[in-house]
Amino acid sequence: MSGTPAEKAGGAGPQTRTSPGVGPTPHGVGPPLWLLLELTYRCPLHCVFCYNPTEFARTGPELPTADWIRVLREARALGAVQLGLSGGEPLEREDLETIVAEAHGLGYYINLITSGVGLTAARIGALKTAGLDHIQLSFQDSTRELNDFLSSTRTFELKAKVAALIRAHDYPMVLNVVLHRLNIDHVGEILDMAERLGAQYVELANTQYYGWAWLNRQQLLPSRAQLERAEAVTQRFRERVAGKITVYFVVPDYFERRPKACMGGLGSVFLGVAPDGTAMPCHAARMLPGLELPNVLATDIRAIWYDSEAFNRFRGEAWMKEPCRSCPERVKDFGGCRCQAYLLTGDATNTDPVCDLSPHHRLVTDAVARAERADAVAAPSEHVLVFRDHRTSIAVVPGEPARVGGQREDP
Amino acid sequence: MSELTDTVRPAIARGMRLQWEPAQEAHVLLYPEGMVKLNGSAGAILSRCDGVRTLADIVADLERAYDTSGLAEDVRAFVTMALEKRWLELRE
Repeated sequence: MSGTPAEKAGGAGPQTRTSPGVGPTPHGVGPPLWLLLELTYRCPLHCVFCYNPTEFARTGPELPTADWIRVLREARALGAVQLGLSGGEPLEREDLETIVAEAHGLGYYINLITSGVGLTAARIGALKTAGLDHIQLSFQDSTRELNDFLSSTRTFELKAKVAALIRAHDYPMVLNVVLHRLNIDHVGEILDMAERLGAQYVELANTQYYGWAWLNRQQLLPSRAQLERAEAVTQRFRERVAGKITVYFVVPDYFERRPKACMGGLGSVFLGVAPDGTAMPCHAARMLPGLELPNVLATDIRAIWYDSEAFNRFRGEAWMKEPCRSCPERVKDFGGCRCQAYLLTGDATNTDPVCDLSPHHRLVTDAVARAERADAVAAPSEHVLVFRDHRTSIAVVPGEPARVGGQREDP
Repeated sequence: MSELTDTVRPAIARGMRLQWEPAQEAHVLLYPEGMVKLNGSAGAILSRCDGVRTLADIVADLERAYDTSGLAEDVRAFVTMALEKRWLELRE
């Protein structure tokens, strides 16, 4: 998942202060600065690393335009200012331009997160007129298209066309590529392609294991050797293009010894809304058991953000267990990711097992060790990749995430 | 970066937006998927970087507004930093 605004604004220098340092409200909680609307789960792609919930096909109908506009107004009144429009593929919504125009009028900075499929000259022109601020173009490099992608044929032609449109409309060129064991060895070619497309920012985001990516974890987790090679290639590229292209390399947290400060702490700055109106303190939160997520159709944004049990559950430190509870680093990483704690250990209040202080840390190191062995034999895994599609989504058994694709072991 | 002359005209960089946020009681600088909350002096400087005023104009304007003098070096240092961070760009 991309960083929250607060994470990305780090290191802003002595003259500035970064969020979340927002003054306390009567509730002692700052505003939901970062609003993400997942407008639809519809998507022309079938990426094996998608973080959307595996049961997306069984969620309720998409909100109509009027409800999205009400959500925008309510959240803006609380202080939301960064707006992400994603999905699924947000261009599947025919009212995208209407939503953008409303958001622009309200004063949001509007980020469209898209694969570029469906971004025609007419639509980008209309989006620009409506006030869209930024387009993040992702490479949908799923393995079905891997050869095509690496041989720079059809995928490249599509991306080149879309990239030219983005440049022609005077948008900064921001490319996002999700990395995994099947494409990470080609990071050099990927970066060269980004340069040819005129990218100014490239985000190489290693897969994070939620949703469909969790189902496919065994096939997607790279080996440490692959990761180190990719980082070295990236570093050489950075030196060559210094001053022209900024490259972010997001290391997969399975290789770290401390967890990420997920969402800057749940309920701190991020508010996501799923296509059916479910409000979430993180993109993946609908998997967490016992967390009754409010819906924007029944509850207004103020009550959702400040008063709902779901958004308050993981605020503060009262929910923490050892070793987090007495750890001096708890104020820095907030115990890591609740969804990862749940997926790997079966208990969302455990320390994120990425942390080497967690008694469950071996669940992570064992997964990495299996990836190392798979790398050594250099053979495709016996597991089959599961593509994100409607039919599979209906078939996947929900509610048992830790047994699907993973190796949950009881402590 | 070489020393800025008094005649450069700094402007908020393309893709960035400066605005006042009542909920935060501060100017913020918005950019792709990110935000910087600015303190009072940073907000006062950046809100004058309109691509029309020169660096000298901005200093004079600030000294007038805050009824003080000797701000030139602080403003120059901040503008230099903001250019390095790509918050600002120069217009000729």
